[in-house]
Amino acid sequence: MSHFILQRTFIMVLTMLVLSFVVFYLGNLEPNLRKLALEQNNNRMSQADVDSWLEKNGYRRSFIVRYGEWTAGVLSGDFGYSTRFRMPVNEALPKRLGYTGILAFWVLMTMVPSALLIGILSGMREGSALDRFLSLFSVTTTATPEYVSGILFTVIFASLLGWFKGVANVKDITFENFTLPVMTMSIYGMGYIARMTRASMSEVMTSQYIRTAHLKGLPFKTVVLKHALRNALIAPFTVILLQFPWLLTGVVIVEKLFNYKGFGWTLVEAAENNDVDMLLACSLVSVLVVIGTQLISDVGYAYLNPRIRVES
Amino acid sequence: MREPILEINNLSVSFFTRHGEIPAVMDFSMTVHAGEAMGLVGESGCGKSTVALAIMRYLGGNGRITEGSIRFRGREMTEMTGAELRELRGSQISMIYQEPMASLNPAMRVGLQLMEVPLSHEYISIEEAKQRSLEMLEAVRLPDPERIFQSYPHQISGGQQQRIVIAMALLSQPTLLLLDEPTTALDVTVEAGIVELVRDLGREFGTSMLFVSHNLGLILETCDRITVMYSGEAVESGQIKNVFRKMLHPYTQGLLRSIPLPGTDKTAQPLIPIPGQLPLPHERPQGCNFGPRCNHFQSGKCNVKKIPMISVNDSEHFSRCLRVSEIDWNAVPESSVQAEKMEMGNTILAVHNLSKHYDVSANALFASSKSGTVKANENISFEAKKGEIVAIVGESGCGKSTLAKILLGLEEASQGNAEFEGVDLAYSPVERRSVKTVAHLQIVFQNPFDTLNPSHTIGNQIMRALEKFGVGQSPDNRREQMLELLDLVKLPREFERRIPRQLSGGQKQRVGIARAFAGKPSLVVADEPVSALDVSVQAAITELLTDIQLKEKTTLLFISHDLSMVRYLADRVIVMYLGRIVEQGSADEIFSPPYHPYTEALLSAVPIADPDIVKEHIILEGDIPSALNPPSGCPFHTRCHRKIEGLCDYEIPPLKHLSSGHDISCHLADEDLNSMAPVFRSGKKAAA
Repeated sequence: MSHFILQRTFIMVLTMLVLSFVVFYLGNLEPNLRKLALEQNNNRMSQADVDSWLEKNGYRRSFIVRYGEWTAGVLSGDFGYSTRFRMPVNEALPKRLGYTGILAFWVLMTMVPSALLIGILSGMREGSALDRFLSLFSVTTTATPEYVSGILFTVIFASLLGWFKGVANVKDITFENFTLPVMTMSIYGMGYIARMTRASMSEVMTSQYIRTAHLKGLPFKTVVLKHALRNALIAPFTVILLQFPWLLTGVVIVEKLFNYKGFGWTLVEAAENNDVDMLLACSLVSVLVVIGTQLISDVGYAYLNPRIRVES
Repeated sequence: MREPILEINNLSVSFFTRHGEIPAVMDFSMTVHAGEAMGLVGESGCGKSTVALAIMRYLGGNGRITEGSIRFRGREMTEMTGAELRELRGSQISMIYQEPMASLNPAMRVGLQLMEVPLSHEYISIEEAKQRSLEMLEAVRLPDPERIFQSYPHQISGGQQQRIVIAMALLSQPTLLLLDEPTTALDVTVEAGIVELVRDLGREFGTSMLFVSHNLGLILETCDRITVMYSGEAVESGQIKNVFRKMLHPYTQGLLRSIPLPGTDKTAQPLIPIPGQLPLPHERPQGCNFGPRCNHFQSGKCNVKKIPMISVNDSEHFSRCLRVSEIDWNAVPESSVQAEKMEMGNTILAVHNLSKHYDVSANALFASSKSGTVKANENISFEAKKGEIVAIVGESGCGKSTLAKILLGLEEASQGNAEFEGVDLAYSPVERRSVKTVAHLQIVFQNPFDTLNPSHTIGNQIMRALEKFGVGQSPDNRREQMLELLDLVKLPREFERRIPRQLSGGQKQRVGIARAFAGKPSLVVADEPVSALDVSVQAAITELLTDIQLKEKTTLLFISHDLSMVRYLADRVIVMYLGRIVEQGSADEIFSPPYHPYTEALLSAVPIADPDIVKEHIILEGDIPSALNPPSGCPFHTRCHRKIEGLCDYEIPPLKHLSSGHDISCHLADEDLNSMAPVFRSGKKAAA
């Protein structure tokens, strides 16, 4: 077990190293540095001024040396200075991550239960009218990307009906202004999880131990709740955890769309303004989330499935 | 006449698919009386399991009873509501299934699954349900019921799982017990224990039984009456003794003649395969379904209209054959060519002290300190001569497949050597073997369904083998040789252009044989080559294999768990148990006393489809021990019925050379070995 976790941690560190190197390299290409200089000072700066500004701020030193400095900084807990937000990354990023955490929490709270419910209801009796209706629904939602559904929802619910607000403010989280971003994100992921749950459920429902349960004379409800459910949830569990990385990409679009100033919005801002230190910190967070959830999903899978659980 | 428990009249069941209605069972009638055991026999696809599930009214979403009635204790089941059915299921009628592992919920403890049955049918407390379940675990002779009660299904062995399923079925003391191939997935010695248990419990509780199986021998040993099914219809039914003594349908007769009986071998009484194959449900012929495969077929009579069940002289014997009174049922069948005894040549394979040990840790993900060594093969020594058929017999986990893998170069041995054509096979993985060695040592696989590439034509696959073996100079030449190979395995040359899914199981296995024989091998390992096939096809494949073996003078290493088949085919037999050879010798020596106690038990466990043979009754205790934690001393002592206390459990028995080539590894004294009675005796005199 500990060996397994160590191995995963090693992979994570390696990925972080490679990814940060690539981002660092791209962020320090000449045109990007010029852009940074112009953005930090003023747009009508002369070529000579740009050069001297870059020289003065240390951007002209050897690439490797500066990457080494950054790495050393990260190891001592200093993630550098955000040029876009004009404050240390250590101050800017955690706050933004917290806002995204709140959004992601509500997305998961709506997405997972409803997806499981839809999946179980449709997988319970494969081919029934209910199954067809729910399957059509989940296929449609999965096939509609957030930037389409987000705009549609804004137009329908905010502009036409006026039920909710089309802008979500991090300072003022209410049902009214939080519903649309949560709905946009969860409805997209929901279809996918529901499809997986349905496949898993309908497979379990045709298995022999479900036949055994039926032929014991148990009522249908007991068969589903006591025998099918736990086995059917093993496969979607992995999928749900693998949705976390997807949430990261989802927040980029949704936060920009609803002007919600969280992690995704920060990432976009940092990229637009060539804020290298912020971008690097964001990529490290992404790697941590992706590999971390994978680890949790593997370990959790083992606990759900007694067949691969360790014998005590 | 006693009141019938179950009465089925003219039952028809169809499955409705996208391609229309597919009739699975037609015009099926059967009666089961109180305390009686009825056997339902047929090959896969004949509809026998559908009958069992129709009785339970559990036919899935697309199956429907289209005609007829099923009456259970006088109540019409076809008209029952869901609630009424639930009341019957599990309490009045219960079922035992083919695969015990798949039939138990993997994520639920065994105890909870058992307690559910009384809890859902009777108003009793949880404590009482637990008490009842524990008592029942005791009744099905499981050791340590408390521990089993707390286990998950994957933590116990296959035999124990089946006992759990039986316990579950009997918890509410049902009137009728349906057994759907209950022992097919189990080893013979375990099967014998389960069969005895079911029979005893049935007697104790007075349960009526419907025993569904493809194994005629098993039905003969367990049932009072029998119904034989073919292609969705009952073709013959009657008292078991009457049916076995005087078969009155060509299919029943053909089925019996295509299975080997212990005591017969290929030179004395060759098997007679049933020609052709089972018709697909939507391609059934007009008139008699068996017509196209029948030797007594008469055009204008048999293929005109539907044939009813015809009552024959003694009132309880029925046959669905129009010519039942015209055919001479006692005629000795025209036997196909008598196989000739082959002259043995020089030794071509010499295995000496071969061992294979695996290091295992209990779980890769949660690597704990618990690890050990599995001794899959331990000190294996034997020889095979040119043209000889050497059979390796043993139950699952005995190491016979590991041995085959080492010989084929898929595994490397840990110790010892295996000499073949001047090469030591023990340490040469297949990728390092020369083309000649690979071509000369080939395998016929157990499962023909998975071993052919589904997207290549048959012709290409055989030609590919020829190319790899370095046979033939040009593609044209190889194509010619490929066509000859198709002739050799008696497949039409048009099959060259077919792809595997257009072939039946038997035909696929013929392709597998053609591929193995492409490089003119001198040694072919046949790993259970017929066990995945239907009974009536098995005989044809066996015959083909021995024909080719005889013609090409190939040595055949025949790996099998089917002792009747081994007796029929083999010249020499090697019996393995937990990685060791416990006995080896010529087929005659192995199948007559003195036996190794394990061989004796193995022989007595084989169900025999001949009412005139009386056999010694030996039931082994418990299950095969885990190879990870083998018993000390003689590996067999934990289950041995002739164990010598204080000796067998400490010392590994020495190898005794009884005669040239007959070795037994046992502590029993010579006089004890010599005084053993034969397991099979002809009971004809006693019966007459």
